Amino acid sequence: MSEIFSPVAVPATKPAQVASEGAITRAVLIGIAVAFLALFLVLPLFAVFTQALSKGIGAFLDAFREPDAWSAIRLTLTVAAIAVPFNVVFGLAASWAIAKFEFPGKSLLITLIDLPFSVSPVVSGMIYVLLFGSQGLFGSWLIDHGIQILFALPGIVLATVFVTFPFVARELIPLMQEQGTAEEEAALTLGASGLHAFRTVTLPNIRWGLLYSVLLCNARAMGEFGAVSVVSGHIRGLTNTIPLHVEILYNEYNFVAAFAVASLLAALALITLVLKSFLEWRFAGELAHGRAH
Amino acid sequence: MSSRTAGRTDRPSTAIRVEDVSKTFDTAAVLHDLSLDVRAGELIGLLGPSGSGKTTLLRIIAGLDAPDRGRILFGDDDATGLAVQERAVGFVFQHYALFKHMSVADNIAYGLNARRRADRPAKAEIKRRVGDLLDLIRLSGFGDRYPSQLSGGQRQRVALARALAVEPRVLLLDEPFGALDAQVRKDLRRWLREIHDRTGQTTIFVTHDQDEALELSDRVAVLDRGRLEQVGTPDEVQENPASATVMKFLGDSVEVEAIAEGGRVLVRGRETPVVAPAGTIGPVKLYVRPWQLQLAEPESAHLSGTVRSSYRTQGRQRIEVADAEGRLLAVEDSDGVRYAAGHPVGLRINGGHVFG
Amino acid sequence: MVETPRPKSPLLRSFRRPSVIPGFGISFGYTLTCLGLIVLLPLAGLVVKASGLGLSGIWEVATDPRVASALRISFGVSALAALVASAFGFLVAWVLTRYRFPGRKLVDAAVDLPFALPTAVAGIALASLYAPDGLLGSALARLGIQAAYTPVGIFIAMVFIGLPFAVRTVQPLIAEIDKEIEEASATLGATRLATLTKVVLPPLIPAVLTGFALAFARGVGEYGSIIFIAGNLPYVSEIAPLLIVIKLSEFDYGGAAAIATIMLGISFLTLLAINLIQAWSRRRFGYV
Repeated sequence: MSEIFSPVAVPATKPAQVASEGAITRAVLIGIAVAFLALFLVLPLFAVFTQALSKGIGAFLDAFREPDAWSAIRLTLTVAAIAVPFNVVFGLAASWAIAKFEFPGKSLLITLIDLPFSVSPVVSGMIYVLLFGSQGLFGSWLIDHGIQILFALPGIVLATVFVTFPFVARELIPLMQEQGTAEEEAALTLGASGLHAFRTVTLPNIRWGLLYSVLLCNARAMGEFGAVSVVSGHIRGLTNTIPLHVEILYNEYNFVAAFAVASLLAALALITLVLKSFLEWRFAGELAHGRAH
Repeated sequence: MSSRTAGRTDRPSTAIRVEDVSKTFDTAAVLHDLSLDVRAGELIGLLGPSGSGKTTLLRIIAGLDAPDRGRILFGDDDATGLAVQERAVGFVFQHYALFKHMSVADNIAYGLNARRRADRPAKAEIKRRVGDLLDLIRLSGFGDRYPSQLSGGQRQRVALARALAVEPRVLLLDEPFGALDAQVRKDLRRWLREIHDRTGQTTIFVTHDQDEALELSDRVAVLDRGRLEQVGTPDEVQENPASATVMKFLGDSVEVEAIAEGGRVLVRGRETPVVAPAGTIGPVKLYVRPWQLQLAEPESAHLSGTVRSSYRTQGRQRIEVADAEGRLLAVEDSDGVRYAAGHPVGLRINGGHVFG
Repeated sequence: MVETPRPKSPLLRSFRRPSVIPGFGISFGYTLTCLGLIVLLPLAGLVVKASGLGLSGIWEVATDPRVASALRISFGVSALAALVASAFGFLVAWVLTRYRFPGRKLVDAAVDLPFALPTAVAGIALASLYAPDGLLGSALARLGIQAAYTPVGIFIAMVFIGLPFAVRTVQPLIAEIDKEIEEASATLGATRLATLTKVVLPPLIPAVLTGFALAFARGVGEYGSIIFIAGNLPYVSEIAPLLIVIKLSEFDYGGAAAIATIMLGISFLTLLAINLIQAWSRRRFGYV
């Protein structure tokens, strides 16, 4: 932005750069942006792995010899295995209804589906405590009937489903809207049943968008901390997910173990980013999001 | 043309009957009590400006939209309540709606593969039929390609083959050549006519292009604002347009103030060769085509004005004349006489139409 | 509370525009049922709880010195962090869309790191980096700044999680700027600086504001990446979401609901502001 002062940028010498900054300005701006990102985003990621390995590979592996770590991993996988398919089915139903049909109140419905994204994770967990906690709306009824939701798997699944609720739907809705209904109509005129058309025409058309949203949904489901922390009760070996296990280890000053377990989640994040970037690069035309880059 | 005396022999030849169909979208009426008979084996064009309801009519025949009132009959059977899958129509969509993720062969085989196991032809049979259709659309060897690897005209042909594969009762085409450039469009038109002549497939197509409808169709149905204005052979609708709307829609025309008197039509007191409809008396509007105007000496002319410009297009001399009110009239004259701009001329009316 | 519409009912038929595509009843019904049971019913529970307290009850909680201090910290620091995230976010978005340099794709992918990295992991990583004996903490300490266990730490964590929002809202708009507009400005004699400030930037302002609002809202609600670095000293570095967790662990559901209601209220106003900005932008520029 310094041409005005700088004698270097004489327009006549480089007519191609009329709509850009001078080389020096560009280099400086790139430098600032990259340095800022390296310092603020990449360094913390790097720190996870260096801290995890700071006492050598043996200490790193010790973190996974603990049964509590394994129970946390099992619980996280279980929760994701329920929450992600649930959101896939919901996302398919919601996007089918919203993208393929015209009805009043559609934009309100989309806003409501997006709602969980604008609620603090802690509040997302809290609303289930208000319903199912011992002092909650249904609390005494649940106790009378011996049903445990809070501080158990159902509560953790509910909180996870809530925070990941919009992921699949908000990717598939614009994708299906863009694709319209012509191909489905063509399939129907050729004699296909609705289900057959969905399976052979709609699903193949949205497969990459679906995979993309499942990736992001899964990363969030496995990594969710605030909402799950509120509903889990932090019972070691029972209701601790991986992020909660990390928290406990860290608060016990067991840093190497905390970072070792955290490195699992960091690796998941890296894999997610790599696959996400790959999908954006390879199938840009078949995704609703991530097209601009 | 409504020679319905031979009702007995006429009946079996009606492939599709549209009976008093009305359709309203939201609050806008799209079709008003429209009736139309389509004869077996004919190629009929639904012609109309955008918003005339022609695509809606096509979709109602296919079962993609439901009429608010009225019936659709296939032969003698009421098809109004039939689901789109049960109608056995071949529909070619305006933008083809090819399945992007399937090869050309899989696209064509789709309708056969979608059948219940009991009705589905054997794999080898499907393969043979796909091969035959690829030959028909002159794309043999393209079976393994994907739609994105084809040109617009090739996609159009694949869409047609896909629709024909299910051996439909009727072939429905929505603006079949709308998305193609001029030369491809001409070739495909001729080719579609050939295919039709060879297969005898009852075909309805929608278009807003007069030339396309007139060149291709056995009969043309002209629609305007949800109403059927006229049905007839291309010659009939051109020679005897049923209304001013049809007349205007089928080509350039000039509107001239005239007087009808005892079957004759007078312009500025001079007689014209035009015959007024029975019972029409007094001031009328006379519609004249550019080629029905001829340059003439002012004293024997019906109209007068000055030449604005003249140019040659596709072998014809076209002269633009401004009349006394400043309106521009197009005249087509083959005399080959060139007039300079500003030259005063008279115009003689050699034909035209007056509507009751 | 949710009526599941039966497919094919006349009411449903007149409700939506007729279509030959099947499955509206079942997909719409399933969508409403899930939305109702998982999102709307629990949120309604919060509203019920909060309305039980009444405005005076909520005000009482809000004016409690510890709560008031936590709210001040959450909203104040988040606003500041969103401001910084917006500024650097704009720069990053500009550099990524306008300039070609080796590793650009990698840098672009890294922007989404805070989206992908679980907040607890980010939290302990930031805490260890900015601790007094950490890599960055010791460097800052030499400058006389203590980051960990102070609002500075909260600020750092909020910039971290807010940055992708700031970048991703402006990035597509920068990509859409027509180069000819800038060339036209140049042919009319404007300097590059004048072109940027008078032609390029004004249409981007709504997107920058939207990115700011999103980063701000995210920062206010954020929990996992903050609590480790913040130290959570009451009146100094305690954030509102943490206070909700504390109230819940004390079974003070009313107090927790009151704080949540205040946070949701302010977040709602922020969302409203975003929508107004976007509506204005659509009228003024024809796009969001």
